[in-house]
Amino acid sequence: MNFSELFKQSNQLCKVSPDGKYLATCVQYRLVIRDVSTLQILQLYTCLDQITHMEWASDSLFILCAMYKRGLVQVWSLEQPDWHCKIDEGSIGLVSSRWSPDGRHILNTTEFHLRITVWSLCTKAVSYIKYPKACQKGTDFSRDGCYMALAERRDCKDYVSVFVCDDWHLLRHFETETQDLAGLEWSPNGCVLAVWDSCLEYKVLLYSLDGRLLSTYSAYEWSLGVKSVTWSPSSQFLAIGSYDEKVRILNHITWKKIAQFDHPATINNAKAVVYKEVERRTAVGSDDLSLHNITIGTTLFNTQSKYEICPLPVQIPVVKPDPDRANPKIGVSTLAFSSDSRYLATKNDNMASVVWIWDMQKMNLEAVLEQTSAVRCFQWDPRRPRLALCTANTKLYLWSPAGCVSVQVPTEGGFQVQSLSWHGSGDSLILLGKEQLCLCFMDTDQEDKAHLQSQDGKQTESQEMDPVSTSEHHPPCTSKRP
Amino acid sequence: MPESSLVRHLHSSSPECRTSPVRHFSRSLLPQHRNSSMLSTFCTEHNVQDCLSHISQEISSLGFPPVWAVSASPSELSVVAVLNCMYELIQLHRRNIQTLENMEMEQLKSSSEVDFLQLTSTRLKEQLELSRRENAGLLERERQLQLKVKSLQTCLKNEKEEVQKLQNIIASRASQYNHEMKRKEREFNKLKERMNQLLVDKKEKKQAIDVLNSIGRADGKRSLWKTGKTEAKHEGEMYKTLLSDYDTRQRELVLENAELRKVLQQMKKDMVSILSSRKPTLKGDKHKDDCIQADSEEEVFNSSKESVELYCVHAREKLTTSIRLQWRRLKSHVERLDSQASLAQRETRKEEMDRLMLDLQQCKDFIQTQEQLLQQLSSPCDEETASLLSDCYMLQEKERLREEWGTLEEQRKIFERERKTFTDAAIRLSHERKAFEEDRATWLKHQFLNLSPFADSKTSQMSKSKSSFLISVEPEASAASAPEKLIRSDLDFHTHRSVPLTTQSAGELYPTPCLIPENSLTKPKREAAHVDESSIFCNGNIPAQHKLWKNSEDHCSHSLKREKNSSI
Repeated sequence: MNFSELFKQSNQLCKVSPDGKYLATCVQYRLVIRDVSTLQILQLYTCLDQITHMEWASDSLFILCAMYKRGLVQVWSLEQPDWHCKIDEGSIGLVSSRWSPDGRHILNTTEFHLRITVWSLCTKAVSYIKYPKACQKGTDFSRDGCYMALAERRDCKDYVSVFVCDDWHLLRHFETETQDLAGLEWSPNGCVLAVWDSCLEYKVLLYSLDGRLLSTYSAYEWSLGVKSVTWSPSSQFLAIGSYDEKVRILNHITWKKIAQFDHPATINNAKAVVYKEVERRTAVGSDDLSLHNITIGTTLFNTQSKYEICPLPVQIPVVKPDPDRANPKIGVSTLAFSSDSRYLATKNDNMASVVWIWDMQKMNLEAVLEQTSAVRCFQWDPRRPRLALCTANTKLYLWSPAGCVSVQVPTEGGFQVQSLSWHGSGDSLILLGKEQLCLCFMDTDQEDKAHLQSQDGKQTESQEMDPVSTSEHHPPCTSKRP
Repeated sequence: MPESSLVRHLHSSSPECRTSPVRHFSRSLLPQHRNSSMLSTFCTEHNVQDCLSHISQEISSLGFPPVWAVSASPSELSVVAVLNCMYELIQLHRRNIQTLENMEMEQLKSSSEVDFLQLTSTRLKEQLELSRRENAGLLERERQLQLKVKSLQTCLKNEKEEVQKLQNIIASRASQYNHEMKRKEREFNKLKERMNQLLVDKKEKKQAIDVLNSIGRADGKRSLWKTGKTEAKHEGEMYKTLLSDYDTRQRELVLENAELRKVLQQMKKDMVSILSSRKPTLKGDKHKDDCIQADSEEEVFNSSKESVELYCVHAREKLTTSIRLQWRRLKSHVERLDSQASLAQRETRKEEMDRLMLDLQQCKDFIQTQEQLLQQLSSPCDEETASLLSDCYMLQEKERLREEWGTLEEQRKIFERERKTFTDAAIRLSHERKAFEEDRATWLKHQFLNLSPFADSKTSQMSKSKSSFLISVEPEASAASAPEKLIRSDLDFHTHRSVPLTTQSAGELYPTPCLIPENSLTKPKREAAHVDESSIFCNGNIPAQHKLWKNSEDHCSHSLKREKNSSI
């Protein structure tokens, strides 16, 4: 595992192009395009103001940079650096901007969700979609890019409009049986649309592409309901996380619940492996306490950590939420299926330092990762069943069915990993700090030689600039399953 | 009581009183007499007559035979009657005392009982009081509790009402809020509209797109006009995707179904094979109805075999029923097999046990015979191996035998010595007998000679003989613990006896008899007694004198025998 040097970024705007070749980062009002493999700067664009949003077009040829405060969107072309496009939303304002799946249209949502403006880069044509609903997830494009589902609010009723993205033709328009629609999401095969109500009512509706209501699911009443909804990549399961700290799995044939995953405070499921992160101060010998070490090594103050397998039963720290406050910190807020739909990772908000991994074949708990601090972000490798997570410290954590690893990010200046995202190939990870970012390269094919190679210093700048840290962070503490 | 009876008696016997005024007088006098002083004597010399009459009257009134008749003189008192009467009276008195005692005892008992009963009654009363009080307390508590329950019930009712009220309030509020929200939303929408209008109308800062040059579509096609045709095309595409999705899903399901069918088929085949193999046994079991059922089953099998291939509803039904049937049969079969197996297991275990026991017995017998044979083999024909084997035994045996030999040898020597001593003793005895015979002959001769003229010397002679006899007995008894010494002393005695018998004079014999009556040592009539005794002794002994001597001889030999025994 190798780490790049740190690069600057702002607003955590840093994205890899869909084809995986380029890395775009925003630094204040500048947009920097780098080659992912060499990290050399290929292009540098300067926008009119500080960039608040940035997005690659699906064909990786264009990038849009939105400056919401100014109501401006600027589009840059990678092939033609001279080419430019500027969309001014004027005084109507701008709260959200995104590409359509074809990469030739830009959808801008105006302030107060007055309307959605669709700009065509091909024809300069503009079209409006009125009554968009301001909610958790009001629009969603199907995976193949053919259809867009849009939540609407008209006359105090919720509607869903299905557009053909090709020419923005309204394909279907239907009223939903929701009190206050909170979100919608296409199944990965683009044939079923899941619609869920706001947290006041537990209600999940499933619509076919042609607007037929396939099924309605409600687990309970009179209590805060759905908090998160996720489709499995195979479209086979719909996972619903709710405020009652449970995840319910619906199947795609009968749309009935087939499994329910509880998040108990005491784990005594004999089949689950509980990994607990244990922090340990690095034992510094007297020889190492030289001035050189102290000056250069922030690693000196870093703690090493490793995972230990806890014997069951395990008590998990639980924070009791304040019941009088809105949006209580309880319930399953994050759900993520691995790319092969084999595993489901969940996070319960009142057990913020714990990630739960469930086996979807056996329908039981596979592993529990108990971190020392609250988990900020976790994401599955897009190619393998491998989960990366960060807890806003200097470490990167990886889980795979084979075991669990904690890796110290060998960088200076107290780089803390706030969020992370995988490269599409699963070979590298982008680690985002507050103002910086760092790339982490996985040697997936020769994992056993990982630390050997990193000591060779193939291409990692980190080793060139900090030779001490190489010995500090390697080998990563691995705890294999028994 | 006696007084009252007396008075009654007086009244009843009033005619009698008239006839005898004297008696009347005396009787009227009697209570006075009693009243004045009980101590004053009842009968004096003057009023004997009166007393007699009074007593007789009394006695007759008590139902006894009359003691004295008025006509009779006072001296003619029948003593027997009086004594009888007295005896009767005493008896009566005793009985009365007895009964009185009994009554007293009874009374004591009853009084103690009464005390006890009183005690218990008081205790019970206390308990009653206590329980009454408790009861009252409980009643009071119950009342309080009931009150509480009532209050709680009212509370509950109130709460329920409250809840109802609150629910109503909530509902009304919710509807109110919903209404408000809708109103607000409408207003919001109106505002949005208005704003939209205004923004559209506003000229100075319009929405704008500034593109250097428009780019082509991603798919390279030109955009098309929106027509009805495109709409239809979109619809078609949509249905196409849906269709393809359903298609794939159906294909998956078909695949899955095929898999399941395959499994089912296989299971079925297995089941059929198992059940058909079982069928002959069933038929053999004489279960005719079962056979019939099996036949029908066969039919089902055959039909279901085909039905697996069919996909229509009826076939499915048939299939499921047949499968269910077979499954049930299989289950029952397996259960039966299980039970049989358990039974059979028990039986086989028992059999095994018996067999093993038999084996064990056989083995034991075998071992025994082997041992016997070995013994037989080893003792007679110990050619070389047996000799070698028993060499050590032989050695031990030899050792033991040698030891035994030694002890036997020693014993033999002892016996030899003893025999020698015995022969010596016998020789000596014969010598002595010879001497004794001679002695006797001389003595007899002597006595014969002195028989008539010297009668006085008889007593001394007799005492001498007796003393000699006594001496012969005493040392033997004292020397019983020391046999070796006894022999010598005995021998000494023999020699000693033989000597004094011949040499002892009559004058020397006197002190010896005093040894016999030890208790009469202090008595003054010792001599006379001794003489008496001796005379008695002599009287009884004179006819058997010869026998006595013979006895002493026997005794001697006997003592010798005893000595020998003790030495051994």
